[in-house]
Amino acid sequence: MGEPLLKVQHITKKFPGIVALDDVSIEFERGEVHAICGENGAGKSTLIKILTGAYTPTSGSIQWEGRTYESFEPKQAMNLGITAIYQEFNLVPSLSIAENVFFGRELRKGAFLDKAEMRRRTAQLAAEMDIQVDPSAKIKDLGVAYSQITEILKAISHEAKILIMDEPSAPLSNREIDAMFDIIRKLRDKGVTIVYISHRMDEIFEICDRVTVMRDGKYISTKRIEETDRHQLIADMVGRELGEDFVGGAGPKDEVVLEVNGLTTDRIKDVSFLLHKGEILGLGGLVGAGRTETARAIFAADPIRSGNLRVKGREVRFRQPRDAIAAGIALLTEDRKGQGLILGMSVRENGTFSIMKELTRGLFVDRKKQRERIERKKEELTIKTPHVEQKVKFLSGGNQQKVILAKWLLTYCDILIFDEPTRGIDVGAKQEIYNLMHRLTEEGKSIIMISSEMPELLGMSDRVLVMHEGRINGELAKEEFSQEAVLRIASGM
Amino acid sequence: MKKRKFNPADFFGKFGIVMILLLLCVFFSVKNPTFISLSNIVNILRQVAITGIIAVGMTMVLVTGGIDLSVGSVVGIGTVACGMLLVRGMPWYLAILICLMIGFAIGMFNAFLICEMNLPPLIATLGTMTTLRGVCYLLTNGSPVFGFPEDILFLGKGTLFGLIPVPVVLMVLVFTLGILLLEKTRYGTYIYGIGGNEEASRLSGINTKKIKYICYGICSTLSTLAGVVLLARVNSGQPKSGDGYEMNVITACVLGGVSISGGEGKLSFVTVGVLMMGVLSNGLIMINVSDYWQQTISGLVLIAAVAFDRAMQYVKAKQIQE
Repeated sequence: MGEPLLKVQHITKKFPGIVALDDVSIEFERGEVHAICGENGAGKSTLIKILTGAYTPTSGSIQWEGRTYESFEPKQAMNLGITAIYQEFNLVPSLSIAENVFFGRELRKGAFLDKAEMRRRTAQLAAEMDIQVDPSAKIKDLGVAYSQITEILKAISHEAKILIMDEPSAPLSNREIDAMFDIIRKLRDKGVTIVYISHRMDEIFEICDRVTVMRDGKYISTKRIEETDRHQLIADMVGRELGEDFVGGAGPKDEVVLEVNGLTTDRIKDVSFLLHKGEILGLGGLVGAGRTETARAIFAADPIRSGNLRVKGREVRFRQPRDAIAAGIALLTEDRKGQGLILGMSVRENGTFSIMKELTRGLFVDRKKQRERIERKKEELTIKTPHVEQKVKFLSGGNQQKVILAKWLLTYCDILIFDEPTRGIDVGAKQEIYNLMHRLTEEGKSIIMISSEMPELLGMSDRVLVMHEGRINGELAKEEFSQEAVLRIASGM
Repeated sequence: MKKRKFNPADFFGKFGIVMILLLLCVFFSVKNPTFISLSNIVNILRQVAITGIIAVGMTMVLVTGGIDLSVGSVVGIGTVACGMLLVRGMPWYLAILICLMIGFAIGMFNAFLICEMNLPPLIATLGTMTTLRGVCYLLTNGSPVFGFPEDILFLGKGTLFGLIPVPVVLMVLVFTLGILLLEKTRYGTYIYGIGGNEEASRLSGINTKKIKYICYGICSTLSTLAGVVLLARVNSGQPKSGDGYEMNVITACVLGGVSISGGEGKLSFVTVGVLMMGVLSNGLIMINVSDYWQQTISGLVLIAAVAFDRAMQYVKAKQIQE
């Protein structure tokens, strides 16, 4: 084994208030499939962005084919042969595969595009990889698997030496994943290095040669795949005993507060379950299994086809989110910036947004009452902000989540649906959110918690439902909790 | 709250447009002292009253993240309809009331296209703009309506205390009500909320469609009101009246800091945008700039003002990051 292709050396990246990468050093060999795994917030995406030149590291250096760089420009990284395929593809849907492959460096004949040549070369690239594609087919008419293939072809045509794939299997079916693995193996045999970022243990053990674990922005370990096993990897990723951070909570009572019967939408099928008073009901499963969709269906954010809901024994029919809110249900969405907050508005306005009607006296809003309400919640939830007039876009992720929680608590809700409650929130603030969730159950509120983070799901929940392809595929009681059990049910077994 | 040190980016980001307006006024006054005379100031106010009245409605629509291109044609409808009703002997107050109701109905139709048929606001109102201009010509057969009773004319030509023109009084009234609605009621918060993040607003339990209906309804209603004022000022109902107003109104709003992408903009600053339009066209005439140059300069000032505003926002954003 010669000199590594790429050496990341003591890279640190700081953002205001958070250290995203802390003295990380990793080596990537030529022609290996190198997995990087870690929980959300471990620093994986920051690392990718530094390698592709989107971010400049605060300190440290990158060695590429023996030369040392402080940072890359995006164009420079591409020219050196570093390409990344993100979960959101970078393609123009209305253009063909060939046009996308050559996007930005189109082949020309005189003043005009040489479409025939672009198609021919695309077909040739595909043939080298034993892939069947029609280069003139438009991206929008094809499935996601072809989008990914197009991205891969684009990377090969750039003569990529390192190809970073971020959760590449997430949108694919099992057959498509197998096909993708074939392509990855061929690329590896041609000497291309694949950086494979994934949560899925099965895939890591099937396709990867080495695996690096990161946690909380730090490098933890790099091991050859045959020298490690699932337990070791999970232990490295989690880095602590399960349950340590999760003491508290009231525990469920017998009283049923929410009954979901046969809920069906375009994305979920026949979802039924009970939620008890004071319970934290975990909802596990892979991305795309229908957990968020279940939450949205209960909250009437999406139309439902069939099924019914009972809140505290009374049958209800919600037509709009406001009906669900009136029945005492709250939804804390996973995408806080996109669906939870109005970023340009203040803490005061966001926090009281759902109770403006109650704050209106006569024609106008009672500012004094509004201020009192939000100040009180700011104290209760310890929202860290210089003043309540601060725009929420300037708050940290944890404090943004608290503002959303304040909004819902002011509506007197007693059923809270948390979708990925601590995504993008740093470690200290996570604990605060957990403590708040426990306090809520002690006050008699009930929680449905969707989580992709195993320690959180198993540590916080009193009971876990695991979804697979739009259905609830299994239920685990507290004494049956284990990562393996969740993963087994989540993958359809 | 703590007292903060003077921050030029903060100050000019907020009041830059006011400074530009003042500078323009000083410049024109130096070049031609009659510019600053009371009668000319009243004249400028009278000239901007119609744009101002519509700008209040347009601001609400823009803040929701929409746009209403039909306002000019709705002014035309207001003028023509009011004229025809008056000619047929209807009392002026009834005629106005019916016109406002027509305006409201048009706004409902715009909102229907946008909320229920999911048309982009630009396309929906482009459609109604063209359609309604056609209706103006159909109703009048292309020729102006005239011969109204005297009592309608006070709306355009009358004055309060023998000094302030009635259109200006109406504009001030509309602005006051608009500011109260946007700043002091929950609907105002909802309007900014929808423009800032429509999905978050819906998930917070806001009836986002209803708010949009209200905004487009108000915008078209105010446009017909502007049409009635226009009729009273020129004493005739031209089928092409209001033609091209949408651009003036949108320009005034943008000058006043309203974001075309929604969620941002204060009516109090839109007044400045409206005044700036009036000051520019009046001032350029006052200092004998030719017609062609007037257009060119107005356009350049718009670009400069907005570019300046953006630059200040950028500096401010940088400062906050640091």
